[in-house]
Amino acid sequence: MRIPVLKTYKIYIGGEFPRTESGRYYELKNKKGDLIANLCLSSRKDLRNAIVAARGVQHKWAGKTAYNKGQILYRIAEMLEGRKAQFVDELIQLGYSAKDAELEVLESVDRLIYYAGWSDKYTQLFSTVNPVAGPYFNFSKPEPTGVVVAQAPNNAPLSGLVSQIAPIIVGGNTCVVIADELSGTVAVSFAEVLHSSDVPGGVVNILTGKTEEILPHASKHMDVNAVWFTDLSKELAVSVETDAALNVKRIVNTNYKKWTKEDAQSPYLIQEFQEIKTTWHPIGM
Amino acid sequence: MDFRNTPRIDQVAVEEKVARFGTRSIKKESKMQALKLALSMIDHTTLEGMDSEGRVEQLCHKAMQPIVGQPDIPTVAAICVYPLFVKKAKSVLKDSGIKVASVATAFPSGHALLQYKLDETKFCVDQGADEIDMVISRGRFHQGDYNYVFDEIAAVKEACGSAHLKVILETGELGTLDQVRRASDIAIAAGGDFIKTSTGKVNPAATLPVTLVMLEAIRDHYDKTGIMVGMKPAGGIRDTKTALKYLVMVKETLGSAWLNPDWFRFGASSLTNDLLMQIMKQKTGVYQSLDYFSQD
Repeated sequence: MRIPVLKTYKIYIGGEFPRTESGRYYELKNKKGDLIANLCLSSRKDLRNAIVAARGVQHKWAGKTAYNKGQILYRIAEMLEGRKAQFVDELIQLGYSAKDAELEVLESVDRLIYYAGWSDKYTQLFSTVNPVAGPYFNFSKPEPTGVVVAQAPNNAPLSGLVSQIAPIIVGGNTCVVIADELSGTVAVSFAEVLHSSDVPGGVVNILTGKTEEILPHASKHMDVNAVWFTDLSKELAVSVETDAALNVKRIVNTNYKKWTKEDAQSPYLIQEFQEIKTTWHPIGM
Repeated sequence: MDFRNTPRIDQVAVEEKVARFGTRSIKKESKMQALKLALSMIDHTTLEGMDSEGRVEQLCHKAMQPIVGQPDIPTVAAICVYPLFVKKAKSVLKDSGIKVASVATAFPSGHALLQYKLDETKFCVDQGADEIDMVISRGRFHQGDYNYVFDEIAAVKEACGSAHLKVILETGELGTLDQVRRASDIAIAAGGDFIKTSTGKVNPAATLPVTLVMLEAIRDHYDKTGIMVGMKPAGGIRDTKTALKYLVMVKETLGSAWLNPDWFRFGASSLTNDLLMQIMKQKTGVYQSLDYFSQD
């Protein structure tokens, strides 16, 4: 009999798959209590490293043309489609029915295509030409806010993750995603998809572990520009929002019952992570 | 002294030894102490073609007051500039205690007539430079013309007068650790007050193995003669973690006597802000962002 070769699930930082710096792991079990995998219990130092990676590449990523960013998002969709069977398997392991698992994967692919399409259109939508009382051409346009930390929702292992990453990065931001503790395998496998999709290392970083351990450090971190959380306890949400005031981070608290449904996709989710820059340009008298 | 017979270096052993320096755990108070020590050892450097007096002035202010409103944070040891900016730096730093170091001798290549190199050195000293960072002639070194290299360093040392001389070996161009040891021995014997790894213009610049070899040359010289020589790794040391490894290595190779800005320096530019960010992290408990630190 052949011994199966099992995958070591590691975290994703700066385009590499290191183990957690802490050397701590946790057991991911399915509803019946069977062990699915040992996952990294990421520490604040992993978060710090991920943020350094995200910051390092943010300027370069934002500098890519909108068209190119769209191509790269489309490429993620292509890679995900090709790995459909693997994700369906992993979702079934977590207790999904075959039908629901397939829906979760296919909607995730479509979600990526949706945001790929928005890449060269949201700027037009959110830009304005402003009337001013003087000889100036005055216009406002959105620019990426920078580094975003996202807490993945606990009710959508893949579609939730994708629906957060896509609007964040299509707008030129980079991100660190704290995967849902109970579906970390899917998140790590998605990191492999990103890794083979022309997404520069560091644009997306994925950590597995306990949100309540990692997120407070993100909300205090001066080099994080925005935090998107989905399902925190009231107590934790309040402390995250309070700490975020330290450097006036954007806080987005948006969650959906069904992340596969169309209401979980919107250009306004891109806008959530944009800053508006206004320029005054003199015009001829 | 026959420089053809300098000690051979076992590269594998050096790398293993260096790997162990990275395993020391430095926490809390000792970490804060180490961070401040490292900051006080920095030669805050700008050596770019687009340097200007304005930029140098900015650099000097940063050196004197790394963070506004934090008087317990030490100043850097020196600022390091091109000869033309020595006067400006001196006029801004005045009696702040921060030294002005100038690169000289046709930095970074060293390809110039000896007379020009000596003139340049004297010019720097006349302008008020406290320290001179010279480069060795790597071409002559590789030709085996060790006497030329020795004589040149000795001549520049003489031209320095009372200014301290740092001798840049440019280890990234020397090839092997054996050569690094040989160049170190030549620089020390010829009268260099400090030996320095790199110009920062060649990759690789300072690395831990190269620095260890140079530290051992300093140690051997001290054991033989009782004369201390300083060490300056320069270029490529960008983060605090690496800087602390260097401090551990100095302490464990040469001892505490070298653990101060008189005998050990970091040639760096971006390291300064990284150290400042770590110091503020220790003070506030919050990870910092470069957005809130001045860039020069």
